[in-house]
Amino acid sequence: MPSILEVEDLSTHFRTDAGEVRAVDHVSFRVDEGETLGLVGESGCGKSITALSLLRLVPSPGRIVSGRIVYRGTDLMPLPEKKMRRYRGREIALIFQEPSTALNPVFTIGYQIAEGLIVHKMMKKKEALREAVRLMHVARIPDAERRAREYPHQLSGGTRQRVLIAMALACRPSLLVADEPTTALDVTIQAEILDLLRRLKEEFRLSLILITHNLGVIAETADRIAVMYAGRIVEEAGAADLFASPLHPYTQALLRSVPRLGEAGSPPAGGRKKRLPAIDGSVPDLLRLPPGCAFHPRCPDVMPECRERVPRFLPLGASGTLPAAAPRPAARAAAAPGSTGAVACFKHHDPEGRPR
Amino acid sequence: MRPAGGPGAAPPGGGPLLEVRELTKHFPIRRGLFSGVSGWVRAVDGVSLSIAPGETLALVGESGSGKTTTGRCILRLIEPTSGAVRFDGANLLALPPRAMRRMRRRIQVIFQDPYGSLNPRMRAGTIVREPLDIHRIGASRRERDERVAALLRRVGLDPAMRDRYPHEFSGGQRQRIGVARALALQPRLIVADEPVSALDVSVQAQVINLLMDLQEEFGIAYLFIAHDLAVVERIADRVAVMYLGLIVESGTREEIFKNPLHPYTRALLQAIPIPDPARARERQVLRGDPPSPAQPPPGCRFHPRCPSAFEPCARVEPALMEVAPGHRVACHLYPGEGGAGGS
Repeated sequence: MPSILEVEDLSTHFRTDAGEVRAVDHVSFRVDEGETLGLVGESGCGKSITALSLLRLVPSPGRIVSGRIVYRGTDLMPLPEKKMRRYRGREIALIFQEPSTALNPVFTIGYQIAEGLIVHKMMKKKEALREAVRLMHVARIPDAERRAREYPHQLSGGTRQRVLIAMALACRPSLLVADEPTTALDVTIQAEILDLLRRLKEEFRLSLILITHNLGVIAETADRIAVMYAGRIVEEAGAADLFASPLHPYTQALLRSVPRLGEAGSPPAGGRKKRLPAIDGSVPDLLRLPPGCAFHPRCPDVMPECRERVPRFLPLGASGTLPAAAPRPAARAAAAPGSTGAVACFKHHDPEGRPR
Repeated sequence: MRPAGGPGAAPPGGGPLLEVRELTKHFPIRRGLFSGVSGWVRAVDGVSLSIAPGETLALVGESGSGKTTTGRCILRLIEPTSGAVRFDGANLLALPPRAMRRMRRRIQVIFQDPYGSLNPRMRAGTIVREPLDIHRIGASRRERDERVAALLRRVGLDPAMRDRYPHEFSGGQRQRIGVARALALQPRLIVADEPVSALDVSVQAQVINLLMDLQEEFGIAYLFIAHDLAVVERIADRVAVMYLGLIVESGTREEIFKNPLHPYTRALLQAIPIPDPARARERQVLRGDPPSPAQPPPGCRFHPRCPSAFEPCARVEPALMEVAPGHRVACHLYPGEGGAGGS
């Protein structure tokens, strides 16, 4: 399967009074045609800035300091702004988390969806409005004709998110980047929106980057998952592999710390309730990153080299590009034969990049 | 079988610490400056529940269900429209302000947002000490300071951090400050309103564990208001599920999670995405959005979205009926005395 997007060594920094914040730090990943890549991480890990960087929409004082963003063979980085605009919305579209702030309160829903069509597709207003209603049907908004004449405040959170999805689809993009598309929604509405995204992905043959902190959402939606921590991708693998045999100690700890239904156990009468295996400490401040691996102060498997050097993000497995093809860990090979992944951890390769 | 209107969620044995009966809170809808009240939002519309000492009752539901308003009415941060709230035998709603202030020592609150709920201009130590100062607890300033240090230590913070301001702490640490402040007066009940939902997953687990430890150590009861059922399953002894201002099902943790009866409870449980791709499953996706609490549908409030709705549902409001010991449900699928056709 060819890649629709390849990101190589992307770094986006923010210059602040307190110092340089490396919000995205040497991040590389790819998205295959028709695939859903999940980008998962906690607050401040750089997942949203990665999304904005893909479209070169990083807000000031941030700037992309290095890297290549190759969309279907074209590196977007050197493109002049005018050419870049042809990619935004038309090739790569973005859906934000907060459906109430992403819509303009003084225009009707229909007009806001039509606007993109008028600007990008040179449609006449009437034609664009008709198309907007059609897109609202596509996004399964009931009563679309009437709804198109309403204003954002008249809609529920779930419907607003559907409107944003309709807007994102307006110019027929090939790659959709959805940043926490269900985080502000109730679980029953979240289930509807995820269901809708899955169906639209098939109908429109979309590739999808889904950004979330919710491990349940990512497990049910993504084909492949990249885990971010403190501005870097620390592990990447097929979804089944990642959940069955996580390799990075952060991924392992993160998966253990999520409460899952049915795993609370039954405490004996008057007995202790089962505790969750929490990760000690908290996500580091990007201005005061520890030296070496950013996770090392919280890592149960920390080694001396982890405190001094930053582990490189290196592939595992037979198809990897390591000089001496690293053997795949037995656990992962057994969980999903033929899969590959990559990890940034000295448990799996030494500081020179040789497999351990 | 208890008559309708009995306690919606009663603890087994012993006297309850908190007993709420038929609590309602209706907010007026005003259109324009002079046009008066044009309708009412029935945010809480007849909620009964009780909590035993040392017990955790989880109040779950989605936005607009009235769970937060219920918690605030119990604390009298909002004055309820009607109903009774008895705490330790006293009717809180009838207490004069001074007596209510004394009672507040015994009922504390932890808020969702560890960013917004701490005064940004106060140092951590002062935030925790303030309740001690207000209620003049401890013989001297020094004794209070020692108590603050002990509280900070107990919630896992270094007392040396007492002079820092809230913005210098991480989200999890801020929530720990909120917990230390709530603990300061040795309350018997803490109303915890979504205390972990703003926290990162890895930090959320720490705070849940801390709340469980504190309960064991001090015998505190929690009214744990939450929307995340996986968290609730960890911490709750009993669960009450709210929908549009009403409790639609309540029971022990085991009953609610192993044998959910109300179609809404089932939908809520099914909607939770499972963090395991190997277990991706069939789910019945609910149609439509919850209606506005200003215009709840007639009959059962859930019927327009209910996959099992049948003839009486649009017409008759089902009463909350006991269907198994301690397990109550308000649904025509489970007829009992006063079920379909009753009330």
